[in-house]
Amino acid sequence: MDPTDTADPEYFHKVVDCQFACPAHTPVPHYIRLIAQQKYTDAYLVNWESNVFPGVLGRTCDRPCEPACRRGRVEEEPVAICRLKRVAADFKDDVAEQLPKAGKANGKKIALIGGGPASLTVARDLAPLGYALHLYDAEAKAGGFMRSQIPAFRLPETVLDEEVGYVMDMGVTAHFNTYVDSLADILAKDYDAIFVGSGAPRGRDLPSLPGRQEADANIHIGIDWLSSVAFNHVDKIGKKVIVLGGGNTAMDCCRTSRRLGGDEVKVIVRSPYADMKASPWEKEDAIHEGIPIIDNHVPMEFVVEDGKLVAMLFDQVEAVYHEDGRRELKSTGEEPIRVDCDDVLIAIGQENAFPWIETDIGIDFSRWGLPILDPESLQSTLPRVFFGGDAAFGPENIITAVAHGHRAAVSIDLFCRGEDLSQRPAPFVNLMSQKMGIHEWSYDSETTDDARKIVPLVDLKEALNDRVLEVELGFDPQTAFVEAERCLNCDAQTVFEAGNCIECDACADICPTSCINFTQNGPEDELRSRLAVPAENLDQDIYVSQTLQTGRVLVKDEDMCLHCGLCAERCPTAAWDMQMFFYNVAKASPNLVRAT
Amino acid sequence: MSYLKPKFRHPNLPTNALGYTVADYEGSISTLCAGCGHDSISSAIINACFQSSLEPHKIAKLSGIGCSSKMPTYFLGKSHGFNSVHGRMPSVATGASLANRGLTYIGISGDGDTASIGMGQFVHLIRRNVNMTYIVANNGCYGLTKGQDSATADLGSVSKYGAVNPFDGIDLASLAMLQGAGFVGRSFSGDKEQLEPLIRAAMSHQGFAFIDVVSPCVTFNNHQGSTKSYAETRENLDAMPLDFVPMREEITTQYDPGTTQGVTLHDGSVIHLHKASHEYRTNDRTAALNAVQMATQEGRILTGLLFLDPNSQNLNQNLNIASKPLNELGKNELCPGSRVLNSINEGLR
Repeated sequence: MDPTDTADPEYFHKVVDCQFACPAHTPVPHYIRLIAQQKYTDAYLVNWESNVFPGVLGRTCDRPCEPACRRGRVEEEPVAICRLKRVAADFKDDVAEQLPKAGKANGKKIALIGGGPASLTVARDLAPLGYALHLYDAEAKAGGFMRSQIPAFRLPETVLDEEVGYVMDMGVTAHFNTYVDSLADILAKDYDAIFVGSGAPRGRDLPSLPGRQEADANIHIGIDWLSSVAFNHVDKIGKKVIVLGGGNTAMDCCRTSRRLGGDEVKVIVRSPYADMKASPWEKEDAIHEGIPIIDNHVPMEFVVEDGKLVAMLFDQVEAVYHEDGRRELKSTGEEPIRVDCDDVLIAIGQENAFPWIETDIGIDFSRWGLPILDPESLQSTLPRVFFGGDAAFGPENIITAVAHGHRAAVSIDLFCRGEDLSQRPAPFVNLMSQKMGIHEWSYDSETTDDARKIVPLVDLKEALNDRVLEVELGFDPQTAFVEAERCLNCDAQTVFEAGNCIECDACADICPTSCINFTQNGPEDELRSRLAVPAENLDQDIYVSQTLQTGRVLVKDEDMCLHCGLCAERCPTAAWDMQMFFYNVAKASPNLVRAT
Repeated sequence: MSYLKPKFRHPNLPTNALGYTVADYEGSISTLCAGCGHDSISSAIINACFQSSLEPHKIAKLSGIGCSSKMPTYFLGKSHGFNSVHGRMPSVATGASLANRGLTYIGISGDGDTASIGMGQFVHLIRRNVNMTYIVANNGCYGLTKGQDSATADLGSVSKYGAVNPFDGIDLASLAMLQGAGFVGRSFSGDKEQLEPLIRAAMSHQGFAFIDVVSPCVTFNNHQGSTKSYAETRENLDAMPLDFVPMREEITTQYDPGTTQGVTLHDGSVIHLHKASHEYRTNDRTAALNAVQMATQEGRILTGLLFLDPNSQNLNQNLNIASKPLNELGKNELCPGSRVLNSINEGLR
């Protein structure tokens, strides 16, 4: 193999698994260290700069970082990254003074369609540059799906209002209660660029299932129903409720039903439990609230008696997995199962819908109804229109919407300045030695053995009686410290300088997880198989040094590295060094907050 | 500085015949200088015991005083250990070996502990053929007292402070062969591919097995002019590679005919010696002494299995010591009473 090029920042970026997995690439270990140091405000600002909604995300994020967390590979559970983020938000001081203000007007005007996380991120990134930002939303407040879809018992309105407010206070002109029904009308106004962050607003239905029409009064589309609850248009539901679907919306629907009078709420899903789209913790939360999840049941019919919905029929199936990865749900041939119900909530997915975008204005759509975009710049086929969030590539999550927002803001800024959109600004990268003394590092290199801490919950009975009472209590500072110390500091990089190495083997001997090898070079597959413990996780790189004095190379499997620094501590010639790697995605406005 | 090694290990660590991973053979974190050759020897011992599937509680580690003699703390944390007086480890080893034949004894010593203060005990240990593996971590200097020349420092080797050694060094491997040791090897701490099988073979040998390991002192003897630095040792190394195949393992490695010779040990395990550039006979003591002498004259450091007599009679066999450990013998066996005494006395009349 060729020597690894660590000058390419993406190499070390990939080593920081959590940050690499985060769509917005939030510097996770960096803010976790700040939390351990009780610098909650700084931790919050690092987050805010990167993901705009730390308080919201600390409660509701889909957490792609946690399955990626290296801790989950060396022991059972990853670091509770998401809940630590909430700790930063819970214990921070007033940050208003440290946030950027609107810049001096630069004469450019941008329209933002939809007030969700994508549009708000674009606004946040562009406001300091002096852009005039006009935000359109059909509701009375900004927040989009964060407000309408996420139940208040998971995300208190005050938290959302605060973080939406930070953005709106940067001089954003709000056009609330304004449903945009024609993009042509917006185009006709003198906006320099338009950002579409209108989400994926249409919940899927089961229009052709027998009984659908007759039972319509008691059948609700999940996302519409959640939004009606959020805006206080609906405050009760029948005693027996069936929720169809296995995603996070289904989990929010069933838990909300429990709080609105649903005594017997069941989630019924077509697929096997393990294949459900909902995050594992959301499934657990629903089960904890006494909601059974019945899998392998395919809806057959709404049973209507005397003009009223009384039950549903389901076909029992089993999943057959074919060699090509295809899954088939095969009927077991047994009698259909009847489940009595008063109401049914359908939460089986969402679709994009752009009835308000005229077909003849130059924006092309794919045959799946999604806009055709440049994947990097998010520019549509009409150059001054950009898309982001669920409106861009279909339903995802908040953190993806934020990541799109950052990219779209960069694109819009380049576009308005007449520059090439393909010339993207480089990320901000820093790499600095942590050496304090012969065997001392300026980060807490010791690895703790504590198991993952569980977030305490309010009393179940109390929770089910109050739709807006937040269920999770969050970590207290002591628990947060213990949890923060579980972080392995994967951004403390093991940097190797082959020229200094005398091949004494000290690093290979001390490495607790047997990552380090001195061996002959070879092709990657073969080299991976020859290591002390074969490097079988192909998602993780192996580092290969320049050729050493004996003709061998140093090979380090990044997979299980604890970043404990022992290799560097035991190195007599400082060929190894622990260097802190900081990587921050380029934003339209650099230096948004005071550096910490 | 870290005083604790993280508890996490690679989840895919291989296991041996006992179901243990290499982590089960580790000791505390080393407090020797970073890069010390001794740590590599510790690591080789750990790997050797793991690969040979020895039960940790059936191993005893013995040492004297010095950097080398601190080593037992850093390997086999679940085994027995005795850190004895300077140069007096052979006495303790002799006693232990007589009292319990069931353990594998690993003695760790240094050039000072063996070639100076312990020289008297060392030669008698060889002469008595105590059943143990005796490893000298040989760095040619007193690292613990800031790097003065030791008795194994080579003639002409320059100390860190610039003094040239005017004395001939004691060659412990040649001495052991001369004194009649049944197993003599030499290796280099930086050559684990050779050192590990050598240690495994030594532990299988039923008698005194001696391994002299060049182990650079990274702090006081790793400079230009030193004959025992990493660079100088690698430069002059003349290594005879070997493999060790324990009795229960099928021999799967294929070598071209004539390129290897096998030596079978008493427990049925086999040492495979790869012929390097020359014919070498491990069963000829005189030839071995000659070869080592020749290499030294040419400035080469000949490493590998230098001499082996698999059929030597060890101390327990020579003295016809009870095969059961003393701590397993009952009162009646240890103190058979006046009837037996009388019969002995009768036999002497």
